[in-house]
Amino acid sequence: MSGGRPVGPARDVPRARVRAQADLRALAQAGAYLLPSLVVFCVFVFYPLVRNLELSLYETTPFGGLGLFTGAGNYAQLLGSPAFLNSLRVTFLFALYTVPAGIALGLPLALLANRRIRGIVVYRTAYSFTIAVSIAAAALIWHWLLDPNVGILDYLLTLVHLPKVGWLTDPRWALPAVAATTVWKDLGFNVVVLLAALQGVPDELVEAARIDGAGQWGVFRSVVVPAISPALFFVGVVSTIGVVQSFGQIHILTQGGPLDSTNVIVYSIYRNAFFNFRFGLAAAQAMILFVLVLVLTGLQFAVFERWVTYQ
Amino acid sequence: MTRPIAGRLPRAPALRRAAGRAGLDLAMVAIALVVLFPLLFALSTSLKTDVEVNQYPPSLWPHTIDLGNYVAALQQAPLARFLLNSFIQSGAVTLGQLVTASLAAFAFAFIQFPGRQALFFLFLATLMIPGEVTLIPNYLTIKALGWLNTYPALIAPFLATGFGTFLLRQFFLTIPRELADAAVIDGCSRRRFLWTIVIPLARPALATLGIYAFLATWNQYLWPLLVVNSTEMRTVQIGLALLQAQEAVSWGLVMAGVILIVLPTVLLFLLGYRHVVRGLTAGAVKG
Repeated sequence: MSGGRPVGPARDVPRARVRAQADLRALAQAGAYLLPSLVVFCVFVFYPLVRNLELSLYETTPFGGLGLFTGAGNYAQLLGSPAFLNSLRVTFLFALYTVPAGIALGLPLALLANRRIRGIVVYRTAYSFTIAVSIAAAALIWHWLLDPNVGILDYLLTLVHLPKVGWLTDPRWALPAVAATTVWKDLGFNVVVLLAALQGVPDELVEAARIDGAGQWGVFRSVVVPAISPALFFVGVVSTIGVVQSFGQIHILTQGGPLDSTNVIVYSIYRNAFFNFRFGLAAAQAMILFVLVLVLTGLQFAVFERWVTYQ
Repeated sequence: MTRPIAGRLPRAPALRRAAGRAGLDLAMVAIALVVLFPLLFALSTSLKTDVEVNQYPPSLWPHTIDLGNYVAALQQAPLARFLLNSFIQSGAVTLGQLVTASLAAFAFAFIQFPGRQALFFLFLATLMIPGEVTLIPNYLTIKALGWLNTYPALIAPFLATGFGTFLLRQFFLTIPRELADAAVIDGCSRRRFLWTIVIPLARPALATLGIYAFLATWNQYLWPLLVVNSTEMRTVQIGLALLQAQEAVSWGLVMAGVILIVLPTVLLFLLGYRHVVRGLTAGAVKG
């Protein structure tokens, strides 16, 4: 109510000032609730982000101090270095081996887990079980399965009269072997997300397609896939970003070898920073990884935008 | 004897469909076994004696159940100490995230303050920053603080969560505003409103965040590898991996260790399946 008689304590105070005071009070109150999170974010997320950028522009001392300012020197060195280009190539191949296979295996399992039969919850639990397994545990199990002396995989090969394969010591097989471990470990996640999406497909939609004479495959292709495309998109993006950041399975299975055939970006950052003590160079690698992750997200958005149907 | 049962015989297509269903049932069991095979085989091997583990060809079942590997893993490794460290780290991080995320989500959901949008966006932006970019500076910070080989190094960096704040805020927004207004009229302070009304209502969302935080922290690898290098401060994942990296590894011992370190997360997964699923799909559903 403007005009009229002003009531309450605000009698002589201009309205704008009252508002400003209320805003300030709300800000102070909200600030108290936000402070704990903000402190942690400032110290362990925002400050290090800036600091990492700064480090990447310097030649650093072995103790992480700033030495000579080199500007884009570290970046130029990386982009001209065969080792770094190799780590980019390996990371790309690793994603190529892992992400499509993960979706190709996850989708049929999710479809089966979406059947309406008795005891289905047992299957759902089994198919998504690897969520509960850490990457270290997964890598240790597979290290043993892939062992040329006591591993079951090479034993199966000898059963069908094939020569044994040094899965983790042969440069041709090491990356596929690490990828297989990763696909197994991530399978549970893919099943859970895709199953949740399948459960959201309306029955009426499927029924309508059936009545229109669509077979199983027709329903799947023209009804189910479009309906769950946001989840397929989500799994694709999240797996790619996750795979590009892989470290634990590489550290346990191959240490980047043999012959750098599994030396993905994160592993090479780790080597450069904590073995060669070249923090500046490693920081520049991390910045490139950061940009790569952002670009990947953007690229997948652009590609999927064409056929992803949002409800 | 022949009785006229033709009328009750299922027609061919129905028969085919039933056979198809049975085949599918069978396939589902087989697939479950294949997916779980690495874990089941690890469990079986952890119960074998050393002699049997190294036997060729490998045996599927242990001839005699032997718990020696578990005893050795807990004592020699010493996995018992690693388990304690991981429980302390994961417990503290989970508790810390529940508190900081509840407080922040409360401010975003219930207080109208200038800059709310921008600050919320800042919280979400933390989700876009991969850990590798902050890894080196954070390591240098921890080192400068003299925190290497301590619990604070394992806990402090993870005491806030953009994801958790987002998750809880979404839930808090479903609490009717009238409830908040009524509480204010009744002279209830904001703090009391949070603790006596919002938090109890938000128990499902808090459980989701808690389980998610515990799983993620328990399974951490790179960060604990960097900030801890003394045996007594190691977490389970690193402790076990380094055990395997030693020469003359006993696979039976390592598999016993694997079973021990996945046991807590498997239990959480089985008991809180609904929450695990909700945590993982929050991004997919909410977009």
